[in-house]
Amino acid sequence: MSDPLLRVEHLTMRFGGLVAINDLSITAERGHITALIGPNGAGKTTVFNCITGFYKPTEGRIALRHGDAAIWNELDALTGEGRRSRVRRDGALFLLERMPDFEVVRKARVARTFQNIRLFPGMTVLENLLVAQHTPLMRASGWTVLGLFGVPSYGKAERAAIEKARAWLDRIGLIDRADDPAGDLPYGAQRELEIARAMCTDPVLLCLDEPAAGLNPSESAKLARFLRMLRNEHATSILLIEHDMSVVMEISDHVIVLDHGVKIADGPPDAVRNDQKVIAAYLGVEDDEVSKVEAEVGL
Amino acid sequence: MTAEASKHASRPDIVRALRAAAFTGLVAFGLLLPLIAFRAIHDIRNELVLETRWPLFAAFVASAFVGQLIWQLLPRDRLKKMLAEFSRSPRKLAAAASTCALAAIILWIVGTAGFGAEAEIAFGLSYLFAFATIAFLIGAAAAWVTTRYPTSSAPGRERRHQIGIGLRMAGLGFLIAYPLMMLWLAGSQGSIKWIDNFGIQILIYVMLGWGLNIVVGLAGLLDLGYVAFYAVGAYSFALLAKNGLPFIAFASEYPYLAVDFYQLGPWAFWVLLPIAGILAAFWGILLGFPVLRLRGDYLAIVTLAFGEIIRLVLINWVDLTNGYAGISGVPRPSFFGIPFIEGEGGFAARYGLKFEAIHRTIFLYYVILVLALITALVTIRLRRLPIGRAWEALRENEIACRALGINTTTTKLTAFAIGAMFGGFAGSFFAARQGFISPESFTFMESAVIVAIVVLGGMGSQIGVAIAAIIMIGGTELMRELDVLKVIFGKGFDPTQYRMLLFGLGMVLIMIWKPRGLISKRQPSVFLKERKAVSSAHVREGHG
Ligand SMILES: Nc1ncnc2c1ncn2[C@@H]1O[C@H](COP(=O)(O)OP(=O)(O)OP(=O)(O)O)[C@@H](O)[C@H]1O
Ligand SMILES: [Mg+2]
Repeated sequence: MSDPLLRVEHLTMRFGGLVAINDLSITAERGHITALIGPNGAGKTTVFNCITGFYKPTEGRIALRHGDAAIWNELDALTGEGRRSRVRRDGALFLLERMPDFEVVRKARVARTFQNIRLFPGMTVLENLLVAQHTPLMRASGWTVLGLFGVPSYGKAERAAIEKARAWLDRIGLIDRADDPAGDLPYGAQRELEIARAMCTDPVLLCLDEPAAGLNPSESAKLARFLRMLRNEHATSILLIEHDMSVVMEISDHVIVLDHGVKIADGPPDAVRNDQKVIAAYLGVEDDEVSKVEAEVGL
Repeated sequence: MTAEASKHASRPDIVRALRAAAFTGLVAFGLLLPLIAFRAIHDIRNELVLETRWPLFAAFVASAFVGQLIWQLLPRDRLKKMLAEFSRSPRKLAAAASTCALAAIILWIVGTAGFGAEAEIAFGLSYLFAFATIAFLIGAAAAWVTTRYPTSSAPGRERRHQIGIGLRMAGLGFLIAYPLMMLWLAGSQGSIKWIDNFGIQILIYVMLGWGLNIVVGLAGLLDLGYVAFYAVGAYSFALLAKNGLPFIAFASEYPYLAVDFYQLGPWAFWVLLPIAGILAAFWGILLGFPVLRLRGDYLAIVTLAFGEIIRLVLINWVDLTNGYAGISGVPRPSFFGIPFIEGEGGFAARYGLKFEAIHRTIFLYYVILVLALITALVTIRLRRLPIGRAWEALRENEIACRALGINTTTTKLTAFAIGAMFGGFAGSFFAARQGFISPESFTFMESAVIVAIVVLGGMGSQIGVAIAAIIMIGGTELMRELDVLKVIFGKGFDPTQYRMLLFGLGMVLIMIWKPRGLISKRQPSVFLKERKAVSSAHVREGHG
């Protein structure tokens, strides 16, 4: 039974003459871990940047829903109206390509991490998690005005935010490092902290860009358990870019393969693994690289 | 091979030292030949003649040579180690302090006993030793705290925090008592200089530094045109105070809108101060918009240009601002309605005092002290609110901010606006204190000094900024007093002319010694179990 949370339709992204994504249509199911894989330069990060509002796509529609699936019926009407979103009591529909990046997080509740870690290194681990709760805290502080006069309701909201941060730190085992600068953490912990920070925004969809990059096998296994826990216990749907196939094959419900900005395969992990086109794409790249290196060495 | 290497290392390398010294001498020769050896002067008939100064030139080149030679031959590593040991030992520092104190006292006695030029020199030297005593005492106290309460232990850190709070309270007490203390020490004539040139002047810059600190230190946006907001505040205040609120133009049609400044009467200063601040904040937003997308060097250059544009507008819009001539006769603040004037109805008569100019000075001192403290308290509060954390997050990583739902546009603009607002407050205080303003007071030099205060203090640290303002502004003012330098450089030496040079040298030295500013540690805005300062190695400096 299909229950899509995110629908990317006919997405095209051009950078000058370079077509990074070409007419791509994919969906991410609610409550699933959907993996997005492909060789280097396939356009995976570009898809993320389009979904999260960092890039404005050249063409295409990116829609996300909250609540009841029935709201999908209104997609075409909403698109025609030229508005960004429709919010009803039983659900909401967002056209992400029309929203600025910070509203994608605030309203559509899509969180992301980055291929190269982007923490706030000079702020403590706890502060990193509080910055992630900017939107609710800002409201509680009366857009700073009330907070400046120290209204008690802000104090309460801040204590709640700290509690939430503490809960996430407990989960990733960093509670003892809460008051240390984030830049001081070992690499693997920084990756986990970035995910926890994204989770502090209460996302319905979490986009992770190569979370296992640079981790050793045991750290990767721990990460895989963590991601599965996020899906099972927090009802967070996950869109995952990953080169580590052991992680992808182990935890994904669905795998989408990109090559040169085009979808070449789409299905459950086992089916994708044995897909001839996928194997060719991956091996093809490797072959290219091998022959390039050989040429350079002078073979 | 190894033996040879060690032989090389152990040989007193006089040859190498001589070679380096000769090279330095040569550089000095080349550089100073046109600068010192020849000088063009107008003679009595107003003709340009070339004067040569060979002895002076020779002295300079020789001192470069000898200086480099000594520097090369010094056992530098040993000295460095000794210096480090010295600066870490409270006992040695205390001993140095007491030696200096003794010297100061002896020289002072010599000064009182003698007369003429020698007495003056003795007094001057005695001041210098007194300063050295204070410096060594502070060093000794710091060394004692460091050894007694190491940062590596949790109780040590907590204790240090308490000491920090105690010091802050003591500092505040000192600031409150300062004008009265000076009045008592130097009398009502002599103390004007100390309260006005030192107290008020330093506090204005502390306030400006704290205001800019929000933009540069917290949000990481390098703004080289901060003086623009200082100017906007000053001119807003002066123009409104002289011409009344602009509504007065409609006074005939809408009489209830007409609020003449003099109708505000005693409260004018307190009404116009926030208006000037809000106008400056408005300009902060206006100038912030075009630079939202700029970062780093580009941001710095454009803000610098904005500062200059504002100044040029002030010069050229003669109808409004009176151009270079400036605005004089800006109404002076009164003591909540009681003017500081001689005779009936004045402050002195009202409180049964003898009329003295110092009354107003002391009042102004407390006004700027309160304004500066408000700046500090608001900033401390803001840092703990989401907006303050968003500023710092912006400095650390702007893209991550966007991925967490922070609107970077409004966040940057609030930083510009609030920073500008405090600049505007300081500006209107400046106008009220001077009674006269002109574009001369708002040159790029002012912006540079304020940025230097923030950078020198340690970006983001309020205490650091305050200390830096004291050193920079107090230091330059103090150099006017250093007649004792005449002893070293001869009678014709005018210390005031060299104060910028000395000052630059001091800044270079501090930047070598502490490249991230005097207080480079960042205090976290919130903690779970224990407050730990964040080392500057992790904190970003911001790229706009
Ligand atoms: N901002 C940009 N401007 C120009 N070209 C870009 C931009 N962003 C991405 N590209 C190009 O788009 C293509 C896809 O890049 P993308 O980063 O999406 O690849 P990827 O699949 O994430 O690769 P990797 O596995 O190496 O992370 C590349 O050729 C890249 O050079
Ligand atoms: Mg990528």
